[in-house]
Amino acid sequence: MKESPSVDQPSTINEDLAPLIRAVEEADSKGAMVVAVGRLAAQRHPGAIPTLIQVLGYNNPGAAVAAVDGLVALGESAVPALLEELDGYNYGARAWAIRALSLIGDPRALKILLETATGDFALSVRRAAAKGLGHLNWALLPAEQVAAAQSQSLQALIQGTEDPEWVVRYAAVVGLQGLALAIDETSCTQEFTAIQQQLQRVMQQDNTLAVQARAKLALTTLADAPMAQ
Amino acid sequence: METDAQQLVNAQGESLTVEQAVVNLQQTEDTGLRYYAAWWLGRFRVTQPDAVDALIQALDDESDRAPDGGYPLRRNAARALGKLGQSRAVAPLIQCLACDDYYVRESAAQALGALGDDRAIPSLVNLLAGGVEAAVTVEGKPHLVQPYNAILEALGCLGAQLAVEEIRPFLSHSVAQVQNAAARAMYQLTGDDSYCQRLVERLQEPNLQLRRSAMMDLGAIGYLPAAEPIAATLAENSLKLIALQGVLEAHLQDIRFPDADLSPEAQRVLALMDDLL
Repeated sequence: MKESPSVDQPSTINEDLAPLIRAVEEADSKGAMVVAVGRLAAQRHPGAIPTLIQVLGYNNPGAAVAAVDGLVALGESAVPALLEELDGYNYGARAWAIRALSLIGDPRALKILLETATGDFALSVRRAAAKGLGHLNWALLPAEQVAAAQSQSLQALIQGTEDPEWVVRYAAVVGLQGLALAIDETSCTQEFTAIQQQLQRVMQQDNTLAVQARAKLALTTLADAPMAQ
Repeated sequence: METDAQQLVNAQGESLTVEQAVVNLQQTEDTGLRYYAAWWLGRFRVTQPDAVDALIQALDDESDRAPDGGYPLRRNAARALGKLGQSRAVAPLIQCLACDDYYVRESAAQALGALGDDRAIPSLVNLLAGGVEAAVTVEGKPHLVQPYNAILEALGCLGAQLAVEEIRPFLSHSVAQVQNAAARAMYQLTGDDSYCQRLVERLQEPNLQLRRSAMMDLGAIGYLPAAEPIAATLAENSLKLIALQGVLEAHLQDIRFPDADLSPEAQRVLALMDDLL
């Protein structure tokens, strides 16, 4: 997920791309759209990015999934355009764009993920952002910024475990597990312990069984991590 | 949860306390306020006695009438009572099954299924009278003569074993959603997996609405082997997560989590859910 296949190559115009983009624009049914987006995404070409992002706003879940897959495969090169898209007001598109950013894991998305994980009106957006905060590729940040950034993520995720929607709390638990495993590599014992304690609380006190179960799984996973030994 | 109420108040720009909601429900001047209060009491699971009394009273409301002759407040009050788990609402809700508003009957059937009181079974079975032949569309309306989905689902939830022969013919009703509801009830009443397989096959339907409804049925009955097909069907992640939550929690209750450890099956479902966030 971390590789960015085409970004460093000279962006020669891919002759195959134009007809594929046209096929997306001209698709006359939801099914045809899914197929067209899948074909365009499979090119893994940066020239497809604007079209793939546009598809996120079409209210077609199948096509959006294919577009997110394509954007995630393009990795870092899709990040600037995705960050711009988030200024838009289409909540459906926003959720998909946050999901793509979360899966790419580029820390340039940190600020927007922090804002949306706790403050967005749509629960699907908070859910995607919470997962993303735990799965950033911290190695892409300058070393001196990592600790502060992880501590901000930790705060937002702990707040996420208090969200009124169970699925956001679930995603925050997944995020905390990811963050703890990342911290494990950078050796911040105190924060690792704070995460374990929060997960323990969620496991014992959350009112949704699925969230309790996910916290239990996270604790088991962390118990196997070297830091916990 | 306290935070729940706070959150909603902010999102709606409306502020309500339990006391105010009960007052709003009891006044008769503003039907909009009453309607909202009934919904609000259900949404925030307010079980204090005067709120429940006011909701039960609202089941007899005559003042709030829809253009089609229906009873909007009764519909909302029935829905709310289904969420409150108060057994004294059962008898008044059974009365609602005879209301001439289809949507009141539907809300009451759903509420009775949720309340889990088997006193409701005979009246629900009565609504299946005439079988599939009688289960036709009302002319000029977007619905059948009875809320068959809600009735069948409620009978399944209530464990109405004696009604199996009345329910079975609905497996071949012409409306796909009714077939689903019958399959769901038959599985709950007989434990026979083949009924769930019908629902799993529905996840391949070209029609998104049908895929959605089959998915929610499988989640509601907690059919564990459906976890992968649910995760793979073409639909919104939000709905898939709700369906998988249903599957997971039914299984967790079976294995007596949190006293017991997570089973490999539970971990499998959790992994599917992680990928949908």
